[in-house]
Amino acid sequence: MPTFTQILHRTYSESPDSVAVHLLQNKQPDLPITYRDLIHGAAGYARALEQASVQPGEVVVLILQHGEALISAFFGAVLHGAIPSIMPFLTEKLSPDRYRADLAALIEIIRPAAIVTYPEFVPEVQSAINSAASHPVRAVLVSTEVGSAEPDFATLAGLSRSEEDIVLLQHSSGTTGLQKGVALSQRAVTHQLEKYVAAIRLSPQDVIVSWLPLYHDMGLIAGFVMPILTRTPLVLMSPFDWVRAPYKLLQAVSQYRGTLTWLPNFAYNFCAQKIRDRDLEGVDLSSWRAVINCSEPTHWKSHHAFLERFQSRRLRPDALATCYAMAENVFAVTQGGIGEPVTVDEVDQRALLTERRARPSIVGDGSLKLLSAGRPLAGMQVRVLDDQRRDLPERQLGEIAIKSECMLTGYFNRDDLTAQAFYDGWYLTGDLGYLVNGEVYVTGRKKDLIIVGGKNVYPQDLERLAGEVPGVHPGRVVAFGVFDEDAGTEEVVIVAEADTEDDSERQRLADEIRQAVTRGSDVALRQAHVVGPQWLLKTSSGKIARLANRDKYLAAMEDGG
Amino acid sequence: MSDEVTTQLAGYITTKILKQPKRVLKDDEPLISSGLIDSFHLVDLALFVEDTFGVHLDDSELNRETFDSLAQLAGIIRQRRG
Repeated sequence: MPTFTQILHRTYSESPDSVAVHLLQNKQPDLPITYRDLIHGAAGYARALEQASVQPGEVVVLILQHGEALISAFFGAVLHGAIPSIMPFLTEKLSPDRYRADLAALIEIIRPAAIVTYPEFVPEVQSAINSAASHPVRAVLVSTEVGSAEPDFATLAGLSRSEEDIVLLQHSSGTTGLQKGVALSQRAVTHQLEKYVAAIRLSPQDVIVSWLPLYHDMGLIAGFVMPILTRTPLVLMSPFDWVRAPYKLLQAVSQYRGTLTWLPNFAYNFCAQKIRDRDLEGVDLSSWRAVINCSEPTHWKSHHAFLERFQSRRLRPDALATCYAMAENVFAVTQGGIGEPVTVDEVDQRALLTERRARPSIVGDGSLKLLSAGRPLAGMQVRVLDDQRRDLPERQLGEIAIKSECMLTGYFNRDDLTAQAFYDGWYLTGDLGYLVNGEVYVTGRKKDLIIVGGKNVYPQDLERLAGEVPGVHPGRVVAFGVFDEDAGTEEVVIVAEADTEDDSERQRLADEIRQAVTRGSDVALRQAHVVGPQWLLKTSSGKIARLANRDKYLAAMEDGG
Repeated sequence: MSDEVTTQLAGYITTKILKQPKRVLKDDEPLISSGLIDSFHLVDLALFVEDTFGVHLDDSELNRETFDSLAQLAGIIRQRRG
């Protein structure tokens, strides 16, 4: 199997003038980037990394917003044989102190040789480097000082990388997420692309349109690496722009005759609810052959709302598709809804909760419509296991375990976490689901992870932030997710114990918790509840029991609490 | 300075966005830089402003540089209503 650099080399000689990326820019005309532009930009970074004496196999952290520099720097690291790792950029709400602390933690764990950023962000990066306990960072490259260059493929270090070498790192944010840098080999990624291209029947007629962030597996693989390496034109907009103007995604699909897009579930609701008719004038979505719901639990109602809203703009009902994916498998494990509609399984809601069994519902009452995530890609194996890790029969809920040729090499510099993640060669996903007729249904999480708007959020990070608020009992805080049907994703709830009985004092504490969590994490927290001592349930070992407290909270809410 | 515009804005933000109807919003309280209004709700706010006051906020204006408080947003609305 060819490596990334070999693929780029071939593309450079075969179709340098094809447009690789149509970059949508705010208030400026779209910028077409040909393969020649892309590879010249990347070669400039490869040269700069070499001059900074970064060695092949070392990590380069990229702190850049969606744009040309990020594209060039990512593939520049690849051409140099270094390992690019994209760090989410500072957002307007995030506390700079907290961001710096996260960056320092990332530097300590991942031990990058170089960091690439904008000139105005260099002081921030320097202070994070200085606050790290120890660090191997030898260079901070400034994006505006790196020019483009003619590549000399004979001397590019990327060309001598082997299939087994790590080609990129991918991680989610927060203290816990940063510990788990998913290291992926050239072989794992090219294997995934080969199988996924077949599953979605990718052809030269396809055009991919994406607004997804590149620090997340769905955006990085489906919305960046795959189109560029397979020579599928990519129309790329920034998540920052999309969230303020979701209609631009639909206009881009119409204008570029886009055929494929990946979205997290909440985006179906977001687009259906927040786009005005006048912004859809002239928009024709008939070219969209698959809109693939991925990266957080999928919901039938979200698909339904999206279709209702955009059918008049010629959205094809059979375009709605699903996928089950995770960074540890590079990306997709299953794919549904290509060439046939997504299977809908109507099950008895009560049996699902009490018997952990997806029993087909006989009467419509109390039934739940679940979307199939489709069938495993060729060469991928999926099992559903009970707590003793024995295979469960069809329709019985258990933990999903997977095995494939595109699994991660490991969590970078964290062999201990890698070992914990596997059982007998099977990766334990922490997701709950069941199987029917070879199709996979994902129903929830076994682990405590919360998925908000497609992003993984670790409750322990949020609990730590809330526990730092003076007046809150340290260690007496719980964070969990509750599904918000209107938004189509989970909403985070924090319950914290405090001694005060005074209502206004509790309000003030709740406000401080909201502020601390919002400014310290990816989550904009609304639901903070302050309760009295001994409210929270603990496990027999004295730990706060997240699921039990979630149930207690939901019951209290139902009682009008 | 509180007036009808700020009162309506505050009412919408506390009930629909924050879902805490009892929350009191000060006129100069930071809304965006504090994360009180997250990026997912900026579009809602723009739609509300247009429907209620007939004032269009461009998506490129939905950031803290353009407005970060009730007073600043109300100022833009009053100015554009002429």
